[in-house]
Amino acid sequence: MEPSPAPAPSPPALAIEVRGLVKRFEDVVAIAGTDFEVPMGQCVGLLGPNGAGKTTTVEILEGLQQPTSGEVRLLGMRWDKDAAELRERIGIALQETRFPDRISVEETVRLFRSFYRRGLSVEEAIALVRLEEKRDAYVMKLSGGQRQRLALAVALAADPELLFLDEPTTGLDPQSRRALWDVIEGLKGKGRTVVLTTHYMEEAQVLCDQVIIMDHGRIVAQGTPAELIASIGGEQVIEFATTPALPAEAFAEVPTLVASRPRGNGHTLSVKELHRALPGLLAITAARGVSLNHLSTHQATLDDVFLAFTGRSLREDAS
Amino acid sequence: MKNSPHALAQLLLFRMRGFLREPAALFWVFIFPMLTALALGLAFRDRPLPELKVAVVDGPEAARLVPALEAVEGLSATRMSEAEGRDALRRGKAALVLLPGPQPKLIVDPMQEEGRTARLMVVDALERLEGRQDRLSVQTRKVTAPGSRYIDFLIPGLLGFGLMSSSLWGLGWALVQMRTGKLLKRLVATPMKRSQFLLSFMLGRSVLALAEILFFVVFARLLFDVRLAGSLLSFVALGLWGSLSFGGLAAFVTSRAANSETASGLMNLVSMPMMVLSGVFFSASNFPDWLQPFIKALPLTALNDGLRGIMLDGMPLLALWPQGLILGVWGLIPFLIAVRYFKWM
Ligand SMILES: Nc1ncnc2c1ncn2[C@@H]1O[C@H](COP(=O)(O)OP(=O)(O)OP(=O)(O)O)[C@@H](O)[C@H]1O
Ligand SMILES: [Mg+2]
Repeated sequence: MEPSPAPAPSPPALAIEVRGLVKRFEDVVAIAGTDFEVPMGQCVGLLGPNGAGKTTTVEILEGLQQPTSGEVRLLGMRWDKDAAELRERIGIALQETRFPDRISVEETVRLFRSFYRRGLSVEEAIALVRLEEKRDAYVMKLSGGQRQRLALAVALAADPELLFLDEPTTGLDPQSRRALWDVIEGLKGKGRTVVLTTHYMEEAQVLCDQVIIMDHGRIVAQGTPAELIASIGGEQVIEFATTPALPAEAFAEVPTLVASRPRGNGHTLSVKELHRALPGLLAITAARGVSLNHLSTHQATLDDVFLAFTGRSLREDAS
Repeated sequence: MKNSPHALAQLLLFRMRGFLREPAALFWVFIFPMLTALALGLAFRDRPLPELKVAVVDGPEAARLVPALEAVEGLSATRMSEAEGRDALRRGKAALVLLPGPQPKLIVDPMQEEGRTARLMVVDALERLEGRQDRLSVQTRKVTAPGSRYIDFLIPGLLGFGLMSSSLWGLGWALVQMRTGKLLKRLVATPMKRSQFLLSFMLGRSVLALAEILFFVVFARLLFDVRLAGSLLSFVALGLWGSLSFGGLAAFVTSRAANSETASGLMNLVSMPMMVLSGVFFSASNFPDWLQPFIKALPLTALNDGLRGIMLDGMPLLALWPQGLILGVWGLIPFLIAVRYFKWM
């Protein structure tokens, strides 16, 4: 305990604090030293290509894996001292759980609910994920998306203060995904903290107050979605392809250019001002005598951020 | 803790539902042993002894001897030439060849059970025919000793084997499935008490074992008239003890298995030798003497011996303490190791 100075407005309490986190498997470094904080009531998204270390990070936070080194605090508590208390207060949906085939939805939720001192009623948990219709169906009769929702209902059964969702919307139809977003918005409204991993940028953009982009076990970018988009400099993105293909240097003179990356037999340019960049680009292609066989523009999104920081498109990596 | 009994009840329900809703499990635990008992019971049914066949060589005396021998219970006589008689003897069609005459001659292999019996019976019949007077009037009372049929031997052995199999496969398989499906991992991420989880497995297994034991007692009685000589309570208690012991063994065998192939291999490795050695289908005393101490130390031998002791010989539970001890050791030590090294994820 450090002596606290005279009563000052206390900083927002932290739901999660991670310092110098490292996780090594025999020959793989899954997490290579990460630091981050999540204030209470925030939703934080962990993004990154396959094998980036998202699941490993989340499972260490959940107390399911031991870090090689580093420090983790949840709700001001530590796993080595307060495991029992922490288990009561966090909710978890693993990336993949096979619930037993011949147990019904309701029975599964009821079983998990029985482990906690307090929480939602079984009916409430099932209603939250809209599985009322399937309440008496065996797990073996559920579709993949319905199983995901069951896992979420199980995670929510204890009405946890801190919720960990590892790829909760992978494999969901757009409608179910939006329904799940509503659930998470509702939780945020109740002041709950949510950590989720996802391969969907728009999901992070809609839900997350803070986004952490990981690659090869490191945090390569971190901030609010707006900050991250601003950090890559360009607000606008131009994608195009030419025949014959031209090298990247050919476009160095495009006005307000921030960055360029090759993409197929064309390029992706990040620019600040579309109305000046586009005429410049057209002038260059005309002068070189090549024909544009594709041209499109959009506002920069987290996708572009991801691409800029990892050199890979998230969607290419998403299974 | 307020919710604890509730959680235990839910875990127990979860175990029982998992079993009761699995038609294959019901088949293996209840129907299969009954079918086995039926098949083996029929194949090894106790039949009346066949009549011993005597070849009487043609000749003047033959006409008188054949009806006299036929009249003896258990003998049948046929006339034929001496060559035919010898041939029948050689091929096992006759137990004995009789050459009538003032000095009757018997051709017989006294080293064979049938030959030896036939000789005694034929000599006795010939003596009487020549007017021998019996000095004793011997009375014979026919009995069939209860518990001496093959099915009597088989039923307790099948039960022991059934209890072992359903403990190994029922528990071990469930654990491995839960591990490969990451369900164990998900469970330990909750405040669930691991001791309650374990207890739910033991209780679930015992409820099922109880059903198994009672089912065996009833069907053995109704279908085969196999009676329980000892007390039902002792029989059930020993059965449950055996089932728990194998439960400990199952937890050990599957404590680290990461997939079903490894697990089923290990479980076969445990159960196959015992199925052969531990006197399920035939008595373990058929194996050579040097193997006996090893066989006696196996848990299934202990369970089978104990179940037979109670069912066939009416032994009291206390007299079976060595078997109980063997089962206890085989259950407890692997169980403790399993708890120590159990892989939850
Ligand atoms: N138990 C383990 N033993 C060895 N290596 C492991 C283990 N678990 C994870 N890894 C390795 O650690 C790295 C990070 O894995 P992790 O599961 O955290 O990735 P992820 O970001 O969740 O990927 P995905 O998007 O595919 O779920 C990978 O290279 C993986 O191979
Ligand atoms: Mg993952």
